[in-house]
Amino acid sequence: MESKTTHPVQDGGKINKMMALNLLMGAIGVYLWWTIYRVLPDLSKWLTYDLLPIKQGSHLGSSVEFFLYDTPKVMMLLFLVVFGVGILRSFFTPEKTRAFLSGKSEFAGNVFAALLGIVTPFCSCSAVPLFIGFVTAGVPLGVTFSFLIAAPMVNEIALGLLYGLLGWKVAAIYMGTGLFIAISAGWVIGRLKLENHIEDWVTQANAANLTMEEEKLTWNDRFVYGWDAVKEIIGRVWIYVILGIAVGAGIHGFVPEGVMASIMGKESWWSVPLSVVIGVPMYSNAAGVIPVVEALLGKGAALGSVLAFMMSVIALSLPEMVILRKVLKPKLIAVFVGVVASGILFVGYLFNMIL
Amino acid sequence: MEIKVLGPGCAKCKKTEKLVQEVIKENGVDANVEKVSDMMQIASYGVFGTPSVIVDGDVKCTGKVPKKDDIKGWLLK
Repeated sequence: MESKTTHPVQDGGKINKMMALNLLMGAIGVYLWWTIYRVLPDLSKWLTYDLLPIKQGSHLGSSVEFFLYDTPKVMMLLFLVVFGVGILRSFFTPEKTRAFLSGKSEFAGNVFAALLGIVTPFCSCSAVPLFIGFVTAGVPLGVTFSFLIAAPMVNEIALGLLYGLLGWKVAAIYMGTGLFIAISAGWVIGRLKLENHIEDWVTQANAANLTMEEEKLTWNDRFVYGWDAVKEIIGRVWIYVILGIAVGAGIHGFVPEGVMASIMGKESWWSVPLSVVIGVPMYSNAAGVIPVVEALLGKGAALGSVLAFMMSVIALSLPEMVILRKVLKPKLIAVFVGVVASGILFVGYLFNMIL
Repeated sequence: MEIKVLGPGCAKCKKTEKLVQEVIKENGVDANVEKVSDMMQIASYGVFGTPSVIVDGDVKCTGKVPKKDDIKGWLLK
């Protein structure tokens, strides 16, 4: 694309200078980030009990401390993760992903599609054009689904928040099981041979074969890309994060210990399906749901039930079904929901059993 | 000049259209902007990331909100 001429090659010296400046700023930024991050627990205690007239050990105190600790912590972690993933994503485009997937065999295709779903920049509102683009280019239907399931479910916001609030183990479990569901659900859909349940106009669509010149990105461009991602994503989700943490703080301070154990505990067999049934009609993003999940876990909810709840909120949503209805016949949508929900149930029961 | 902004109507698509309009106004470009939100029509351009910007039949960018300077580059040759 001719547009990327902001850093012409003859300006090599200038780029190196900018690069050095960026690195220096980056190093100072990381140092400041780490210093602030380390004092957050003490700072939130000081704000709650010394600055505000709240008694230590009270319900209100524990809610306010939870809120004042989690909000800056989550924002700082999101900042770091979104910036990092933004830079990673500048190496991928939907076009490259499609070209890579179109020649792959079924099982390997599902695995690659799920992995690429995490790193390919993709906004859920372009699910339909992307679906058409993949299918008409000869990417198998099941492989396309693996991509479409993994892309919203395993994302940088979910991973960043889970890591920050619940630790790296839960984040890794979520990522692993999310990929497992995307791969296996896509594979099952591929095996069922449902290609004739795609709306006819899609397969007849005479999509122009678009060839665009690949952009040459410098490292400077990639930093700008990461920075844009931070502005865009945090600008969009900060309100959900704060609302989610506020709800979580309320649960943390006022709901008695162990009350969730009877509803979302591992002893009751129906807790996993109930979590999915509640989760599907809820439409929120990872940013809003994870602080609530953190508080639920603290009150005795089982990890499997909570994972199932979280995944069904993020991966299966009614608005998405409505959008997909434009390209899929009802039976294929039903199969899609059924297969993904089964995968989520399986993960929920598995973790309630082994943990 | 015929400009088409493709997108189903999400926040990014609206922002793209607004930026294109701004560039046209600020530079007095003689151009016709059309917002395409129909999925079938979007698909027929062969793009699968939205928002996309098409100037006189050429796809200039897909899958992201372009920078204002980029839009200027396409419109003021």
